[in-house]
Amino acid sequence: MFGKTLTALITVLAGIGAALLLYWILNKIAELLPGRWEDRIKPYLYILPAFAAISLYLIYPAVLTFINSFKDNLSRQWVGTRNYTDLFHDPAFRQTLFNTLLWIVIVPIVTVVLGLMVAVLTDRLSARGEKLTKTVIFLPMAISLIGAATIWRFVYDAEPKGQPQIGILNAFIGIFNWGPVAWLQNSNFHLNSIMLMIILMWAQVGFSMVLLSAAVKGVPVDTLEAARIDGADERQIFFKVVIPQIKGTLITVFITVTITTMKIFDIVYVNTNGNFNTNVLGNQFYNEISTYVNYGAASAIVVILMIAVIPIMWYQVKHFRAEEAA
Amino acid sequence: MTDTASTQAAATPGSKPRKKATAFDKNPAKAGWVTKLVLGLICLLWMIPILGTFITSFRSLDAVNNSGWWTVFRHPLTMDLTLHNYHEALFGNAHMGRAFINSIAIALPATFIPILIAAFAAYAFTFMEFPGRDVLFLTIVSMLVVPNYVAFIPILKLYRNFGLNGTFPAVWLAHIGFGMSLAIYILRNYMATLPKTVIESAKIDGASHYQTFFRLVLPMSVPALASFAIFQFLWVWNDLLVALVFIGPGENEPLTVSLTHLKTTLGQGWEVTTAGGFLVMIVPIIVFLSLQRFFIRGLTAGAVKG
Repeated sequence: MFGKTLTALITVLAGIGAALLLYWILNKIAELLPGRWEDRIKPYLYILPAFAAISLYLIYPAVLTFINSFKDNLSRQWVGTRNYTDLFHDPAFRQTLFNTLLWIVIVPIVTVVLGLMVAVLTDRLSARGEKLTKTVIFLPMAISLIGAATIWRFVYDAEPKGQPQIGILNAFIGIFNWGPVAWLQNSNFHLNSIMLMIILMWAQVGFSMVLLSAAVKGVPVDTLEAARIDGADERQIFFKVVIPQIKGTLITVFITVTITTMKIFDIVYVNTNGNFNTNVLGNQFYNEISTYVNYGAASAIVVILMIAVIPIMWYQVKHFRAEEAA
Repeated sequence: MTDTASTQAAATPGSKPRKKATAFDKNPAKAGWVTKLVLGLICLLWMIPILGTFITSFRSLDAVNNSGWWTVFRHPLTMDLTLHNYHEALFGNAHMGRAFINSIAIALPATFIPILIAAFAAYAFTFMEFPGRDVLFLTIVSMLVVPNYVAFIPILKLYRNFGLNGTFPAVWLAHIGFGMSLAIYILRNYMATLPKTVIESAKIDGASHYQTFFRLVLPMSVPALASFAIFQFLWVWNDLLVALVFIGPGENEPLTVSLTHLKTTLGQGWEVTTAGGFLVMIVPIIVFLSLQRFFIRGLTAGAVKG
């Protein structure tokens, strides 16, 4: 244990030291250049490591994945669009796609609405009450999704009928002589998928609450008072005065949660590994590389995801441009 | 955080519901009992899963399998709790003690290195003029939405050539790449709010960019740096997928990976899993609770205007 700790410590220091050294060297290189060139080159040298990291870990892989999605399972031969046609002819994959869509439709909306509700309601509490409530709701944000999955598997546990239920949900409905329900195995009306979505919402509402709460507090009070004097009731004020003014933040939160949802993996992997019709793209991707060792299909799945993300990316850039201009 | 008006609401609990509010009220939007009830209920729902796991992690296997965790409250004096599960999780087959150290060794550099790199880039984007600045910055921002999945296969192959798979630097570098867009975005947004005159006068006094960066801009950006550090730390610590792909199970696995063993190993009951789950959570919860203020300030700085 001690040796391990020491090795880890040395590696950590070496890593951080190397990063510092890199900038010192880059700066020295720039200073060696003649004055005019120094100023011209320096910005690029400062950006270089960051841009190199992004190019290597995001841009280059994105391009390569696109190419590999047209190759066979070990990326040796071109197979045209076979990976895609195979995937789309597979009923199981179509179901996976549908499940992912279900996640994308349900989770962001519920998360934003719930987050907004809590943000608006806590605004009316005392300072202490507000802080406490926010901490409680934000806490799951700090917990890993796999930790959350552990927690919730325990909530959803189902024992055979007649035995004492140790999962609180089944124990609760047992009071009314109902159940037990196998929450994670029962795919009627996608019950199990919805149960998994609840885990993600539980983890994400805090995030949306914090951002929206800051936005709600930023709404100028005089606009509220003006509306009140004009005889608007609280509901009208909320929908016609508050909402339009926090639209930007609402969109930011919605996009962020949507992207998180699209990439969802941990929750499904740990709880059902995609069985019982709960599979999503992220989990299927992992299974393709680890279980089936099929890089072609795995790449095709990622390309499908990237294509789905393009509208959001486009919107993000547009939104950012508008913000810069403002 | 809250204005004085809401403290008044606390002084008069159960104040009238907001519909009765008139223009003459100082704050028509006080918390009525309905609001308090709804929020209390939400808080309860949010806490029950965590509380249940926490209590279960101290119970013996027999107790866990035969009765729900809430039954401990029936006999508060004879709760019969044990630390055995934690001992089992830390030093048993899952080696969570070892994994704990690995997690720290992964998370610290994967937090600090990207901050340094991003701060330099953010500085250049904010305080330096050069051709292509906007295009480069937009490219970086648009990468915010590319899922990090795309990197796994190509980078795995690349790592294989260098023998990096399964090592700490493999995950550090990956987290540097994946966290970079957000880091630059947050830090640049923050640096843009710093007074330009201070930086310009430093330049007139003959300070180089390097000196300005380390002596002026970096110290002034501490709030944003701290908030991103917390964010990135939580992200890396809680990450399962990147660790699973680039390190995988074995000697160097972090906590999140070793927790998955607890779940799949046959014969393990809830009790060890819950203890393991808590071991994974304990550091993020401490970090979050103690640095909450920074975290929230940083999050809102990037996304909320004004």
